[in-house]
Amino acid sequence: MGLITTLSAPSMSLVEVEEGVKVLSPNIVITSMDKLINWGRSSSLWPMTFGLACCAIEMMACYASHNDLDRMGIIPRGSPRQADFMFVAGTVTKKMSEIVRRVYDQMPEPRYVISVGSCANSGGIFNTYSTVQGCDTFLPIDVYIPGCPPRPEAFIDGIIKLQEKIKKEQFRWGRWR
Amino acid sequence: MEPLQIAEKIKERFPEEALAIREFRGQVSVTVKKDRIRDICRFLHDEPDLFFDYPVDLCGVDYMGMKESRFEVVYHLYSIKHRHALRLKAEVPEKDARIDSVLPVWAGVNWHERECYDMFGISFTGHPDMRRVLLPEDWEGHPLRKDYPVKGPEKEWSGFLDVLERSKKYRRFDWQG
Repeated sequence: MGLITTLSAPSMSLVEVEEGVKVLSPNIVITSMDKLINWGRSSSLWPMTFGLACCAIEMMACYASHNDLDRMGIIPRGSPRQADFMFVAGTVTKKMSEIVRRVYDQMPEPRYVISVGSCANSGGIFNTYSTVQGCDTFLPIDVYIPGCPPRPEAFIDGIIKLQEKIKKEQFRWGRWR
Repeated sequence: MEPLQIAEKIKERFPEEALAIREFRGQVSVTVKKDRIRDICRFLHDEPDLFFDYPVDLCGVDYMGMKESRFEVVYHLYSIKHRHALRLKAEVPEKDARIDSVLPVWAGVNWHERECYDMFGISFTGHPDMRRVLLPEDWEGHPLRKDYPVKGPEKEWSGFLDVLERSKKYRRFDWQG
């Protein structure tokens, strides 16, 4: 699979490779819409930066030059309306859960959520009155990253897992949506 | 000035109020009655050779079943000019869990007093804005009290129940591939 360029002239649409045999010109690639769209989506994932606790420090380290998520097309966005997926990085308290949910609701489809760290996954060590026991109680989570906090390598692994998931999607597109 | 000298000075000035002076590893704590706490703090702040201009911390303690008066409000004071420190403890009984606010002396203790109210339910009279500072406004109970269950009361906080209900309601708008 590769890029498609538009045809400049009708005569270029078919190329005669030998006498009587015509094939499509070499700058045409046939692929399915699924593959094309999923490739596009997975190659430019823009995360909503949502740091809640120490996992956010690792998330910042992940964006910074040493690990450099920009090379994977991942550019952090400050607004949920420009974002494709969201890191829930850190301890989600009950008071904060409403804001987490609101930020998620403001994101346009298709949207994904990555839960980062023990606290967001299951509440972690904070089995207390104020902490939500896993942010999957009120959000649909796509990828869980374990760790307390996870290293940037684990973040990158989680993002690759999300890309794999996106690449397997079918019919998640269409003008009627 | 040596901390023990300061303690003696308090006892000299307020003989009725100072209950006990305790030294541990060079740190001196003075236990006082709660009734004239504002006068004591005003004295510590205004006296030129004491000059406690910096309230380092203000916190509450719950001595349930260990002491006669259940609560204590602890003031950690420091003088930037003279570089001496003092710990002031005011005993607050459970029946009358109220103490005078020292906000007129140090404006910086505003949120500390609110936190103390939030966590222990000790009310500070004379405070202009005696609300919870960390927990939601409609939270029930005071979590750092020893008789508060660690995982919270049986009844879930209504705000979090709202979030759970909303997430269930919005699930049908999720874009299924």
